[in-house]
Amino acid sequence: MPVYSIKINGESHSVEADPDTPLLWVLRDHLNLVGTKFGCGMGQCGACTIHLDGSATRSCLLKVSMVDTMEITTIEGLSKDGTHPVQLAWKEIDVPQCGYCQAGQIMSASAFLAQNSNPSKTDIRDAMSGNLCRCASYNRIEKAIETAASKMS
Amino acid sequence: MESNNKLVFSRRSFIRTSALAGGGVLIGFNLFQACKPEAKPPVDISQLNFNDFNAFIKIADNGMVTIFSPNPEIGQGVKTSMPMLIAEELDVPWDHVHVVQGALDTKNFTRQVAGGSQSIRQGWEPLRQTGATARQMLVNAAANKWGVDPKDCSTKEGYVFNSSGDKLGYGELVKEASVLEVPEEVSLKKPENFTIIGQDVPNVDLDKIITGQPLFGLDYKEDGMWVASVLRAPSFGLVLDGYDDTEAKKVNGVEQIIEFKNRIAVLAKDTWTAMKAKSLLKANWKEDTTLESTEYHDEKLLNLLNGKEFNTMRSDGDVEKAFAQADQIVERVYESPFLPHNCMEPMNFFADVTDQKVRLVGPIQTPEGTARQVATLLERDVEDVSVEMTRMGGGFGRRLYGDFAQEAALISNLTKKPVKVVYTREDDMTAGIYRPAIKYKSAASIKDGEITGYHLKEASVNSNMYGLIPNFFPAGAIENYRVDVAKYNSNITTGAWRAPYTNFLSFAEQSFFDELAEILNKDSIQMRLDLLEKVKGTEDERIQYSPERLQNVIKEAVAKSGYGNAAEGVYQGFSAYYCHNTHVAEVADVVMENDVPIVKKVTCIVDCGIVVNPLGAKNQVEGGVIDGIGHAMYGNFIFSDGAPKDKNFDTYHLIRINETPVVETHFIQNDYAPTGLGEPTLPPAGAAVANAIKAATGKRLYKQPFVNELKVKAPLG
Ligand code: FES
Ligand code: FES
Repeated sequence: MPVYSIKINGESHSVEADPDTPLLWVLRDHLNLVGTKFGCGMGQCGACTIHLDGSATRSCLLKVSMVDTMEITTIEGLSKDGTHPVQLAWKEIDVPQCGYCQAGQIMSASAFLAQNSNPSKTDIRDAMSGNLCRCASYNRIEKAIETAASKMS
Repeated sequence: MESNNKLVFSRRSFIRTSALAGGGVLIGFNLFQACKPEAKPPVDISQLNFNDFNAFIKIADNGMVTIFSPNPEIGQGVKTSMPMLIAEELDVPWDHVHVVQGALDTKNFTRQVAGGSQSIRQGWEPLRQTGATARQMLVNAAANKWGVDPKDCSTKEGYVFNSSGDKLGYGELVKEASVLEVPEEVSLKKPENFTIIGQDVPNVDLDKIITGQPLFGLDYKEDGMWVASVLRAPSFGLVLDGYDDTEAKKVNGVEQIIEFKNRIAVLAKDTWTAMKAKSLLKANWKEDTTLESTEYHDEKLLNLLNGKEFNTMRSDGDVEKAFAQADQIVERVYESPFLPHNCMEPMNFFADVTDQKVRLVGPIQTPEGTARQVATLLERDVEDVSVEMTRMGGGFGRRLYGDFAQEAALISNLTKKPVKVVYTREDDMTAGIYRPAIKYKSAASIKDGEITGYHLKEASVNSNMYGLIPNFFPAGAIENYRVDVAKYNSNITTGAWRAPYTNFLSFAEQSFFDELAEILNKDSIQMRLDLLEKVKGTEDERIQYSPERLQNVIKEAVAKSGYGNAAEGVYQGFSAYYCHNTHVAEVADVVMENDVPIVKKVTCIVDCGIVVNPLGAKNQVEGGVIDGIGHAMYGNFIFSDGAPKDKNFDTYHLIRINETPVVETHFIQNDYAPTGLGEPTLPPAGAAVANAIKAATGKRLYKQPFVNELKVKAPLG
């Protein structure tokens, strides 16, 4: 099996895996970074969202062999201690219910706000439409993104 | 502290204390017993040992309180709200309280209650009594130290005070308190003195969730653990008829492939390897029972509805006579499909079966029942089985069933290896225990412009509505009233789905009343209020709802939503429903954009008694309303040849953020004991939206999902 050297949350890791292994499972099973979640395995739910060179990416569709030297950020590395403005806004609004989808929501929201710091409601709804929340915490996700945006600008 | 509500009953039956070696006191209580009012205390107290307790409060020397909460958390917030009840009566500040899911010591946590909308209602008294008992013991300890009467002492925020103004922190009293008798009689606070109940308390796992720490079953790991991916029959009705695993075995990292109970399990070193190898299995399946399809179910259920074979669940007056004498009979049929639960976290479970014990770990709403089922399955003593619960990525009823835990146990038993079974989304959606497809026929007889009779018929797959439902509205409001049920037995597995039966019955009923009001040329709100008026003062003890409380939420919903005075271009729909001991009214606001109805807003009025945690409660309400709308609008789960047509989110439509209305929530303020919130706001949502769509488009909806009826792809919110 080939060995890949990948950079996650600022640290280099070498992993031995089949080339077609999705990054999601490398994170979860090889590197014990289980914050990134599995929901559908086909890019439809957003539970597995990470940042790839800063852009929100579905890690279930990204093969480990494609990562190369790109920088990966997972929920564990978004901030040192949960103090990214999006995480703080999530706390302030008490967004999660079961919580399972929320790492993916936070990763999508933080990448989005990095691109658009002053989004309209429609911008937010469009940007977040790839992330499912079965508990339907959607109203609060919207509110938390507005809160984070106002604090970041 | 003010006190009222003297309660006398043997607290020693479910509370015991012991000093901890490292300092502090441990108070054990039996939540399972405590939550069942009919449960008998054991005859001989000295026979009880700590293994019989399943919930604990630890008060440390520094006064910090740890509550070990045994209730499974599925996202309905009980892991936060139940400890709030204990902390309130214990009289400690919430920020001194630390809540731990009580699953660390399997010996001490073998008996647990399931979650659901009943947790808070059933725990309301016993949990407060437990907190109050502990508080009283601390007061007694302080009084002993001071040589004063405990009656002259009071507590506040983790301190005991006496009348001369001395104070002692709980931490300084725990040692003495732990050896005192458990008091037989304690006082509970009056609601106006609550300091924690009624406050906004965030989700206790919030920090862990937003930083991605391991919490869920899927995150669970042990050294030496194998991951199993299971190939199950692709259709209900098929059985395994041989397989070829040559290709699957070639995958690097595959440990073992076994056949069991018409399934094949691939054990591998990691999840991806197991899933990949499973997809390379070549299995042959043969037909064992009928491969059923949606058209087949439609036909069977309509035949039942139009037939004569029913079980009567409630019958008042003489429905036949009322219908025979009617000026007019209104009859409508309402139809719903099967629905998968689609918890965001796919089903999974860990099992380690050895000669000594059976260890199960994972997300489950019914740990006790699951332990029993697994014991039976493996022919083991139930004492050998322990179940440790993880946080759950959603439940919605699916995690009441331990089928996935049984699967893990079977595989571990056969392979003698610790195994975690992980479902793919496709596994989760195709090996479901679905909401059954149901059809209702609602009929009303009308005489002189009034409803004289009401006849509801249910045709359902595998099981019928539970016994309380026929006693919901409009039981008691219409003189001649009957509920008849019939079922078709299918090989498709079905079970509870968030607000079983009422999740669809409410749509049928509240759509029907809206239409009746139209036919009778009555104001639909006034018609509901008038019907409820007739139930007031009823002596019928079977009636489940309170007409006063239902009227109240209806009036409040009209006031808060401006129902009847909507802005130009806004169309409103109304719905009110009682279930799970909670009264709810909802108004949906719909606008038309490019000829497509869009749900913009829902106003939701809830009477669930005292709101323990308004923040968590609001989250529950919003979630329930949006879930109700999402499934009514999009939930399209079709079977063909025994297999679900949709297997993942590419074709199966779950509601998304851009389709979501704003939910405005209002709670009725009162002092009634709290009732559940996980379910009751879901049922009324479908009818509120359907009635609004009728107002907007003139089209009545009788069948879910609405998208099919409206012939639009996806109305956006
Ligand atoms: S798991 Fe990657 S999008 Fe669903
Ligand atoms: S919080 Fe449960 S799925 Fe989003």
